Amino acid sequence: MTAILVPVAALAASLALFGAFVALIGVSPLDVYQLMYTGAFGSWFSWQNTLTRAAPLILTALCTALPAQLGLVVIGGEGALVLGALAAAATGLALEGAPAPVVVPAMGLAAMAAGALLIGGAGALRHGRGVNETISSLLLSYIAIAVLNHMVEGPLKDPASLNKPSTAPLADDYTIGTLPGMDVHWGLVVGVVCALAAWVLMRRTTFGFAARMVGGNPRAARMAGLPVGRLLIVTTALAGAMAGLAGMVEVAAVHGRANASLVAGYGSTGILVAFLARQNPLAVIPVAILFGGIGASGGLLQRRLGLPDASVLVLQGIIFVTLLASEGLHGRVRLPRLAKQPQEA
Amino acid sequence: MNVMTWVGAPSLEAVAITKRFDGFTALDGVSLKVRPGTVHALLGENGAGKSTLVKCVMGFHRPDEGAVLVDDHEVVIGNPRAAQRHGLGMVYQHFTLVPRMTVLENLVMARAEVPALIDWKAERKELAAFLRTMPFKVELDAPVATLAAGDKQKAEIVKQLYLQARFLILDEPTSVLTPDEADETLGLIRGMAESGRLSVLIITHKFREVMAFADDVSVLRRGRLVGSGPVGAHTPDTLARLMIGDAAVAGPAARAATPRSEIRLEVSGLRAEDDTGTPAVGGVDLQVRAGEIVGVAGVSGNGQVELVQVLAGQRPASAGTVRVHGEPYAATRAEMRRHKVFSLPEEPLKSACVPGMSVAENMAFRRFDQSPCARGGWWLDTRAVRAAAQALIERYRVKTTGPDAPIGTLSGGNVQRAVLARELSGDVAVLIAANPVFGLDFAAVADIHAQIVEARNRGAAVLLVSEDLDELLELSDRLVVMSRGAIVHETTPVSADLTVIGRCMAGH
Repeated sequence: MTAILVPVAALAASLALFGAFVALIGVSPLDVYQLMYTGAFGSWFSWQNTLTRAAPLILTALCTALPAQLGLVVIGGEGALVLGALAAAATGLALEGAPAPVVVPAMGLAAMAAGALLIGGAGALRHGRGVNETISSLLLSYIAIAVLNHMVEGPLKDPASLNKPSTAPLADDYTIGTLPGMDVHWGLVVGVVCALAAWVLMRRTTFGFAARMVGGNPRAARMAGLPVGRLLIVTTALAGAMAGLAGMVEVAAVHGRANASLVAGYGSTGILVAFLARQNPLAVIPVAILFGGIGASGGLLQRRLGLPDASVLVLQGIIFVTLLASEGLHGRVRLPRLAKQPQEA
Repeated sequence: MNVMTWVGAPSLEAVAITKRFDGFTALDGVSLKVRPGTVHALLGENGAGKSTLVKCVMGFHRPDEGAVLVDDHEVVIGNPRAAQRHGLGMVYQHFTLVPRMTVLENLVMARAEVPALIDWKAERKELAAFLRTMPFKVELDAPVATLAAGDKQKAEIVKQLYLQARFLILDEPTSVLTPDEADETLGLIRGMAESGRLSVLIITHKFREVMAFADDVSVLRRGRLVGSGPVGAHTPDTLARLMIGDAAVAGPAARAATPRSEIRLEVSGLRAEDDTGTPAVGGVDLQVRAGEIVGVAGVSGNGQVELVQVLAGQRPASAGTVRVHGEPYAATRAEMRRHKVFSLPEEPLKSACVPGMSVAENMAFRRFDQSPCARGGWWLDTRAVRAAAQALIERYRVKTTGPDAPIGTLSGGNVQRAVLARELSGDVAVLIAANPVFGLDFAAVADIHAQIVEARNRGAAVLLVSEDLDELLELSDRLVVMSRGAIVHETTPVSADLTVIGRCMAGH
């Protein structure tokens, strides 16, 4: 019960804090929240905007939520997304001319492989060398972004892209279309399917069972003879593949090419989504939609209230800090009505 | 710091102290008197109640019955700070100084009230003057981390003296020291006692130190005082006898006679390091036959934990081989399954369970990837997992609200029973057990002992590591003594000479 209650309370507390923040700069918090609601969920148009943003967030959140089952804190989703996007664009360009049913899956696979390499690398460093996976995934992420910049400004640069160095655009055949009857691309379906698959993997397969044993108590896992290192590397690679796939979706459904616009913060927001979802792959879906909505409302706040574009980032930051601070409350909050003491035998 | 005024060494008396934890009586009417200006040794096996007694004196525990007298006046010591006010100081087995700070900084910061702004020059001068009155020489400006173990221990003692302790409790002060360092430190302590500046209570299990440095000795056994008096009236043999007891071995659990059978578990030249990288197991050779319980006795911290962890797959060996059924054994899951190797580690919740996972899931750790718990080797049949657990819960009488309760919510005895059910319910060829009944009540102990003997009767090779010699004498077919990472003695319970065992355990 507290598993839901604590994040919700943290969310409410951060909304109050953000309200105080906007009041300080002279804007009515009520106006802000009303506009945010309008911008995120107020109309069919804003819903579609929200869902489009939620798609990559689900995948990058899985990049943090999957390793969390093993007790790891991976924050390199941004890098895996970027590298995946680059790999997808490069594959699409290299295979230009081949039929789309071949190229699009190839782009997806290339993106997943690139992401898996990056985050799986952090997992391998952790297992083999004892390098802290949080730090290494973050630093690898910077390297990935640098690689993207290098490639789009150098070897893969489209001479026609003058102001914003980019790869050449993908052929129209290779882009991912929208879902029937709406403006939301198929990436949302990919994200939801991956989240469901991640949940099934962790809750309903022996692999997930073993992973949860390692996450819960590595000593007990070793006593059961589990290959702790292999579980660690496979899971982190899988996590990286999810974020890599987000990059492919962004390239093939939104940007149509790889460039610096891909570094849009989906990776870092994904960390926040995973934590608010308490690392549960299923809960990632609604939380990603919520944060997609917050992101979608940013433009409206800017236009109507003259709030800076970064305001929603302030809100996200406040949520994250409040959430981390509230983690310590788990198991300590006793609700008078719900309090159920574990029975001592 | 004010001028040190040396009031004489106090006497300390514990009168009929009883302390119970959840129905377990750790101390049963223990009385003990430390005469002023003497060194009093407190002897006992692990779990005999030595630590509980000094914790009652120091105010960490509140005794259920009994009183503490300092200089013949009853004092109520509610917390360690109060103990300090009465001039009682304790030096722990493990160091408590901040390694990166200098001795000077450590000493000044340990004071009850430290000014916000410290005049280090003045403090240094004062401390240097204080040290000149002490037999202990420690370098004030050296970072603690650079000191040798003996000097660290001296700095710990100096700290207590600086905090004006007149009664010093030393908890196994020499366990981390070399014999020379130990002799020097204890000699200085004894000198201070003789000159009437200190009274000392020293917890140890080294007879040599008792004989050489103590005036009086008291022996605890299973929470009771079994002997007390001047050291001169004792010899190491009589002390060993008191410590271990007559051990009128309770009729061993119904054990089937087993013919001499093949070697199941063979350990040769095994070496392993502890968590800090120091060698803990130094070349152990051991053989356990089918249908045999081999007991490993020893004072804790002599490599038994690391030996068990290597065999259970929780710690890599640095050298040597382990063979099961004659084949090399590296404690992988496949090998465990093929050779039917199971284990009952100590502190089951910490080393054999995932507290947040359910009882059913914890009971499935050995079989979750096999039919019927897994279909096709990868799909987890949660219903089968629960059903298997339900059966085990009933058979082993595990008290839980249900198979879905997190195992961390169960009591210690029931956690152990759940682990027992998981490890012993199937066909067991080799069983590695370490202090399997530590902290459990009598009923649970008898139950678990019976299960272990039954596994042996069914033909399992059992390696049983325990700090409780009675347990080993009762259960083992063969008994070895481990000291400083090596096996130093082997005997059988029938022909066991307790005096010899006690002295081997104590490192003679």
